Amino acid sequence: MTWDALPGFVELKESFGETTVTIETGRIREACERVRSEGFTFLADIVATDYLGWGHKGVSGYIGTASGRDLNHPSTQGYQALPQLKPKRFSLSYHLLAMRQPPERVRLQCWLDEDEPVESVVSVWPTADWHEREQFDLMGIRFEGHPNLARLLLPDDWDGHPLRKDYPLGGEPVRFSDAE
Amino acid sequence: MTVAPDRTMRSMRDWPVVFPPPYEGSRIPTRVPTILDVPAELLATDDVLQINFGPNHPSTHGVLRLIVDLDGEQVVGLNAVIGYLHTGFEKTMEHKTWWKCVTYPERIDYVGYQNAELVFVLAVEKLLELEVPEKATWMRTLLCELNRIHSHLVFLGTSALELGAISMFWYCFREREMILDLYEMVAGARMHTRYFQVGGLAEDIPPGFFPECRTFVEWMPHALDDYLALLDRNAIWLERTKGVGLLSPEDAIALGQTGPNLRASGVDWDLRRDEPYLAYGQVDFRVPCYPNGDVYDRYRVRMDEMAESVRIVDQCLRRLERLEGKPWIADDRKVVLPPREELHTSMESLIHHFKIVTEGFRVPEGEIYVAIESPRGESGCYLVSDGGPKPWRVHFRAPSFAALEATATCMQDALIADLVAIVGSLDAVMGDTDR
Repeated sequence: MTWDALPGFVELKESFGETTVTIETGRIREACERVRSEGFTFLADIVATDYLGWGHKGVSGYIGTASGRDLNHPSTQGYQALPQLKPKRFSLSYHLLAMRQPPERVRLQCWLDEDEPVESVVSVWPTADWHEREQFDLMGIRFEGHPNLARLLLPDDWDGHPLRKDYPLGGEPVRFSDAE
Repeated sequence: MTVAPDRTMRSMRDWPVVFPPPYEGSRIPTRVPTILDVPAELLATDDVLQINFGPNHPSTHGVLRLIVDLDGEQVVGLNAVIGYLHTGFEKTMEHKTWWKCVTYPERIDYVGYQNAELVFVLAVEKLLELEVPEKATWMRTLLCELNRIHSHLVFLGTSALELGAISMFWYCFREREMILDLYEMVAGARMHTRYFQVGGLAEDIPPGFFPECRTFVEWMPHALDDYLALLDRNAIWLERTKGVGLLSPEDAIALGQTGPNLRASGVDWDLRRDEPYLAYGQVDFRVPCYPNGDVYDRYRVRMDEMAESVRIVDQCLRRLERLEGKPWIADDRKVVLPPREELHTSMESLIHHFKIVTEGFRVPEGEIYVAIESPRGESGCYLVSDGGPKPWRVHFRAPSFAALEATATCMQDALIADLVAIVGSLDAVMGDTDR
């Protein structure tokens, strides 16, 4: 399959034996329809990643810091190399599988800013329904055209999206804390 | 838009490439794929009764809530609600070193724990480009297959129990006990072993394991005959499972079904054979596949898989017996803990031990998706590393999550009594679904 013929093709990357195809955010559904008609009938997974603070110093939960040894955290060396910068805050990956011999896998990827919507692919693969709801729930990605974009794993009245990097660990409100 | 069927696929029957609904013959609900809507004309009649099945019901295998609309005994509407066991494992793992993360996946799919552990360890090893010794690979294969039998035994015991065949439960748990004893022997824990380590195994295989395991391998085929004798000619069991909860191959793929659920719908697809990992490329086994896509076929696929798993375990045993005395973990001191006895004599080893335990090892920058065939289907692990000692993002592709997406499709034309049979046959583990 020639990846650069996909609608909205931006970039092709091969790493660790995996193919990653970056697609323009606005044309992701078109690209998905095309790859499905090429035999990628199985959508394994949709996953979003938050790159807020990628490679910066002092991200919550990090011992190693980009600028090297941190005196406040002994026995750390920092990154051995600065990680490559990302184009936008969120990446959204679609892991696809073509069930044929030999089987073929590809990751379609698009990049999103905060509050930037992306078109839903439920009409392409019905299984995307819950996968998109999960990413909306935990990461706050808005899928336009999703028939039922409600929270999936968390209660309906939950505040915030816990898998975002600016959502701290243990960040749920405590009812009877000293602050009250 | 039409596409010719893929003829290269080894399938029991020809099936077309999937189209989004509405395509001809699709039973997937058209408004929301996972919600079965009550027909408007029925809603107007005032005959529809809405009941809440779960989240705490003995037959929901954990905490699954189903909002069911009934017209008499007929299920006319269904909405599956999940999330009652959401534990935030993915968030927690971002705050642990790679080394400490290994214990978490096991608690996600707590019935297929060994496979869940494997997929994470394999993903980290792929990022590290770490070579794993032969002995570890074969032992992993063996334990994963034991785990598959264990998982299917839990499925068989509980779903038969729910349909009234109580004795099945005792028989299945008798053999399950044998497997757990083997795990205890190897890892010291009956479940959630943390026996797989990045680089290989945590410890060498203990003496006496091979004869014990061989006893199990010799016994298990007899046990499987017992199960078949108890169930397969049981009129009630056949009546309640045959033709119930139908799922067509096209719908199964469109809904992301994998593993036994997919193979019971006639799609001959198994990652162990089609994308071999571990030692699966070197063992001989058959992939069972049934064409009807009903509850009975899902049970038969799992029964046949257990027999095949016993064969794989047997082949692994033969191989492992020849590998006695060989290393069980990779010799990469930047990732793998040095042997305990070296700590008293070697300064280098002590430093490495200290660094790995306190700070953790570093994993090269990159993103990766690794998929294996767990007892429930394609279990995937997506990792992002920024080159630091902790994962930047961990995500699990849970087969149970996808399996439950098919409930609305399977439940069409079902009676309320079939609901228990259908949910049981999809074999979802709620920990896996909710993570």
